[in-house]
Amino acid sequence: MNAATVLRRLPWWLAAAALAIGCLIWIYPFLWMVSASFKTSAEVFTKGLDLLPDAPEWANYERAWVEAEFGKYLLNTVIITVCTVVVVVVRCAMTGYVLARHEFRGRKLIMGVLVATLFVPAGYTIIPLVDLSQKLGLLNSLTGIILAMSGAANVAAILLYFGYFRGIPKELTEAALIDGAGFATIFFRVMLPLAKPVTATVTVLTFLSTWNAFFLPLVFTFSRPDLRTVSVGMLAFVGENATDWSGMAAAATISLLPVVVLFVVLQRYFIEGIAGAVKS
Amino acid sequence: MTVALPPAARRRRDRTTLYVWLFLTPTVLLYGAFTVYPIVGSYVYSLTDWNGFDASPSFIGLANYQEVLADPMFWSSFRLTLTFMLVAVPIQVLATLLIAIVLNSPRMPLRKLFRTALFLPVVTTTAIVGVVMQFVFDPASGPVNLALREAGLAPDGVDFLGQSSTALGTTIGVYVWKWFGITLVYWLAALQTVPNEVYEAARLDGAGALATLRHITMPLLKPFLVIITLLSVEASLQVFDLVLTMTNGGPFYSTEVIEVYIYRWAFAATVPRLGYASAAAVLFGLFVCLVGMVQLLAMRATRRTRGMA
Repeated sequence: MNAATVLRRLPWWLAAAALAIGCLIWIYPFLWMVSASFKTSAEVFTKGLDLLPDAPEWANYERAWVEAEFGKYLLNTVIITVCTVVVVVVRCAMTGYVLARHEFRGRKLIMGVLVATLFVPAGYTIIPLVDLSQKLGLLNSLTGIILAMSGAANVAAILLYFGYFRGIPKELTEAALIDGAGFATIFFRVMLPLAKPVTATVTVLTFLSTWNAFFLPLVFTFSRPDLRTVSVGMLAFVGENATDWSGMAAAATISLLPVVVLFVVLQRYFIEGIAGAVKS
Repeated sequence: MTVALPPAARRRRDRTTLYVWLFLTPTVLLYGAFTVYPIVGSYVYSLTDWNGFDASPSFIGLANYQEVLADPMFWSSFRLTLTFMLVAVPIQVLATLLIAIVLNSPRMPLRKLFRTALFLPVVTTTAIVGVVMQFVFDPASGPVNLALREAGLAPDGVDFLGQSSTALGTTIGVYVWKWFGITLVYWLAALQTVPNEVYEAARLDGAGALATLRHITMPLLKPFLVIITLLSVEASLQVFDLVLTMTNGGPFYSTEVIEVYIYRWAFAATVPRLGYASAAAVLFGLFVCLVGMVQLLAMRATRRTRGMA
C-alpha cells in the first residue's frame, strides 16, 4: 500500500477504532453480568471492574438453577415462545391470504377492525383479557398464556402477509386450480412456501416479542409460581433475595444465554427478518 | 346471477366460502377474544366500580373518568410518558441513522462485528435487563459508579436510579441502549433499497461524499424516516417492563409512565380498582391511537409527494 492509499483509508480505520471502543462499552454490562455470576458475593463488591474472578463459583448457578428454579422458568419460556410463534405464523398467514385473495361477505369489516386496532397498547387490553381468561378457566395455565399471546395484537403480521399475497399473480392460482389443487393445497403447497421471507420476518418479530413478554406472563402467573417465565422469575427472585447478587447474575446469565447463542448462530435470519418489516 | 350458476360451480363456490371462514376461524376466535373483546370491554369496565373480588362490577357512569382526569398522578405519568417519547425517539432515530450510514459503507472495516455488538441488547429479555441494570447502576459497587470513581468524576458515587433527578434520564438511556440495534437494522434495510447505480452515477458526476448524502441518500430515505419514527414512537409509548423492573416507577413516582400507573391501580394495589385503571387505560389507548393516526396521515402525505416528484 502506498502513502496515498493509507491516507485515504485512515479515516475509516479511525472510525472503526472509535466504534470498537464504543461497542466494548456497549456490551460491557453483559460481560460484567457473566463475570459477576462466577464471583462470590464478597467478590462482587471487592473486585470492582475486574472481570476475572479468583476461582469460578459454580454454586451461584446451582442456586439459580435448582433453588430459584430457573431451569423450570427457562423451559416454560421456551414452550410459550415456540407455541406462540407457530400459532401466530399459521393464523396470520391464513388470514392474510384469505383477505388478500378472496372476496367474501364481511371482508371489509374484518379489514376495518384489524386496521383500526393496529396500535393497541398492551396496558389497554390487559384487564378485560385477564377477566375473560379467568372466566374461561385459562388463567394460571401455560395454555392460557399461549392463547392470549397469540391472540394479542399481531395485526402487522397479517398486513405483511396480506401485502405479499396480494402481489402474487393470479395466473399462479389458476394454473394450480387446473392441476386439480384444492383450496387448502394451493395455500399450503404453493402460497405458504412462496411467502418464506414474510414468514421469516413474522417468526423473528414474534419470537422476540414473546421471549421478551413480561406484562402478560406476570399477571397470568400471580398465583402459580411454577408457571413463571424467566422474566417474571427474575423479578420474583429479586423481590425475595435482594442481596444475592451473584445468584441473580447467574440467573440472568442462564436466561439470556440461550437466546444470545441462538442469535449469534442464526444472525443472518434475525437481521434479515427484522429488515423485512421495514422494507415492505 | 346467482341462480344462473351451474350446480357444479355453485358447489365449488360454497366450498370456497367454507374454506375462507375455516381459514379465518383462528384469527376471529383468538384475536376476537383477546384483543377486540378487551378493547370493547375496557370501555364497559371503565364505567364501573370494581375491585376484581366482588361477583359483579357496579355501574357508576363517568365517575372514574372524572377522578382520573382530576388525579395529578395521572397527568404526571402522562407527562413522563411524553417526555420519554420526546427524548428517546429523536436520539434513537437520528443516532442510529448516523451509525447506519457509516456501517453501510463497504469501506468500513469490521462492520458486521459492530452490527452484531450493537444489536445484542435487542435479543435479550427486557425485564432481565431491567434487573441487571439495577446493579450496573448501584451506587456502592456497580461498575458505572466504580468507573466514575476511578476516573475521579464522582468520588461519592451517584445514585442514578435512587434519586428523582436522575432516574428518568437513566431509564431513557437504558431504553435507548436496549432498542438501538433494532432501529439500526431498520435503517440499514432502508439504505439497502438505494440502488448502487445511483451512487455510481453521482460519483461520475463528481459529487463528493457529503453532496451524495445530502442530495441522494437523504431524500430517498424520507419515507423510511416516517415509518421508522412511527415504529419507535409506538414502542416508546408502551414502555413498561423495563421501568417496572428497573425502578418500579420510583423513586417518588418520578419514572411512573402510564402503563405502570395502570398496572399499579389494577394489579399492584392492595384493593385493586379495575374500573378506575380501565378509565386510565381507555384515555391512554385513545391517545396512542391518535398519535398513530397522525403519523399514518403523515406517511400517506409523504407517499403522495414522492409520487408527484
